[in-house]
Amino acid sequence: MPKNFPWFAALVLLAFVLAAIFAPMLAPHDPMQGDLMISQMPPAWVEGGDWAYPLGTDEQGCDVLSILLYGLRVSLAVGFGAVVISVLIGTPLGLLAGYSGGRLGEGIMRLADIQLAVPTFLVALVVLALTGGGSVIKLILVIGVVGWASYARLVRGAVLSEREREYVLAAEALGMSQGRIMFRHILPNVLSVILVQMSVDVPRVILLEATLSFLGVGVSIETPAIGLMIQRGLDYIYSGVWWTTVLPGLVLATLVLATNLIGDWMRDAFDPRRRAT
Amino acid sequence: MLRYLVVRTAQTIFAVFVVATMIFLGLQLTGDPMENLAPQDLNQAQVEELRKAYGLDKPLHVQYLRFMVQLAKGDLGVSFLSGEPALGLILERFPTTLKLVLAAMLIAIVLGLPMGVAAAIRVDTSVDRTLRFLSVLGISAPAFWIGIMLILIFSVNLGWLPSSGLSSWKHYLMPAFTLSLYRIALFLRMVRSTMLDVLNQDFIRTARAKGLAERVVVYKHALRNALIPFITVAGLQFGHLMAGAVVTEKIFAIPGMNRLALDALYSDDRPVIIAFIIVTAVLFAVVNLLVDLLYALIDPRVRYA
Repeated sequence: MPKNFPWFAALVLLAFVLAAIFAPMLAPHDPMQGDLMISQMPPAWVEGGDWAYPLGTDEQGCDVLSILLYGLRVSLAVGFGAVVISVLIGTPLGLLAGYSGGRLGEGIMRLADIQLAVPTFLVALVVLALTGGGSVIKLILVIGVVGWASYARLVRGAVLSEREREYVLAAEALGMSQGRIMFRHILPNVLSVILVQMSVDVPRVILLEATLSFLGVGVSIETPAIGLMIQRGLDYIYSGVWWTTVLPGLVLATLVLATNLIGDWMRDAFDPRRRAT
Repeated sequence: MLRYLVVRTAQTIFAVFVVATMIFLGLQLTGDPMENLAPQDLNQAQVEELRKAYGLDKPLHVQYLRFMVQLAKGDLGVSFLSGEPALGLILERFPTTLKLVLAAMLIAIVLGLPMGVAAAIRVDTSVDRTLRFLSVLGISAPAFWIGIMLILIFSVNLGWLPSSGLSSWKHYLMPAFTLSLYRIALFLRMVRSTMLDVLNQDFIRTARAKGLAERVVVYKHALRNALIPFITVAGLQFGHLMAGAVVTEKIFAIPGMNRLALDALYSDDRPVIIAFIIVTAVLFAVVNLLVDLLYALIDPRVRYA
């Protein structure tokens, strides 16, 4: 097995993914169906807690553990979904810009420069706020579209260095079409670069979604999401209700940490520049 | 140098022009501001009157031309909500955000830079591994959650620090640290990796071979070269912080310009949103310009003709 593979982080991520997939089976309660009689009940190990609600309840009397399990679905869906959209848009454009070049390629890269100069967070915030918040699908689309530029630039750079290699020249000499050369010959050779960038982006996007939801422009209020939960919990931290902010934040931070550690490992393992030094 | 300055300034103005055009077009796509603006109980005629008062009844190209002319004059219209000039509202809050961000940048540089150097010169030791792990931790922690944790610990439980406002130096500690945490980690990682690259180069071997003290090699020769990419990243982060301190300003109830922009976003107060984006765009462009000029000062190889 590969060197220095972060086994523990991988196990944690796997556990989170499984928890998200099987949330309907694992969650002890309906995450959005609260009982006001038992609102703000502390976690089970604290005095006044109850093992029926292991991590306590929020101000609506909803079970914190159940919200977290369903919230993981939102975090992971947006994290992976948006990055996949970015790759799907950015890769063909980068291939085109790198392989065919010309005025079109120049134009694509200028657009990418402009997009990269503006923080993703700001664009997503403004777009989502002005179009009135959103659903998980909308978040995936908005964050995904805004993120295309880094992939376009990366793929273009990789293609430029591949273009003069013998196998491409050979394919050209055989009279293959541009499309075939781009997708069948060059693309498989730049995949590792794309994969490394994805591993860096997934944790970043998970945090981005949580932040947007925390600010009230992410997923709608009826969705069980981690960022939203922390936002609601913020109103009660002065009255001693810590579990609706501390616990979701811990889960989020652990998830992002695990993906970041795996991303770091992938960068070291796949990045040819790092391998050389 | 002067010519370079003029060209770069012209480019900056053009970039702001492009941003302004994109904002104008983008806002047209997001629907009728009257939907959110007009009080529910207005009748159709009153809504039309209001639309006229804001000039929203004119054809698109007329609105665009007027928008650009006024932008050139520094007039970005009045807030739909308060009736005060939008640009003035943003600029009034600008110093608050600037002070907070400068404090955060100071913390990030003072902590991140030396830790990055320390990790690089002790590469693959336990010091390096610990620092690297801490930096992944810093990058992974959600800033808004860290802010809340700090309030819980230092304000609610210990009662040592005030949790809102910016009236004394004590008020700055928690929000500035919240903002800086990600940057400390980022600077650490970036300085570490550029230092490692530089330390592997020939001129460092030469410096060591001629018997220079390790301290001189590291700080005078290597660090100076590693600082060049660092300045770009730090400049970029400064821009990102100025336009991204919104979460921190919200949690710690700081009356900065991001907070104002967020409230404007919530209430669809377009002139204020536009003013915020324009101010941010100008700021980004100016920071970029300053970074390029700093380059020339630090690196004698870079001299712009």
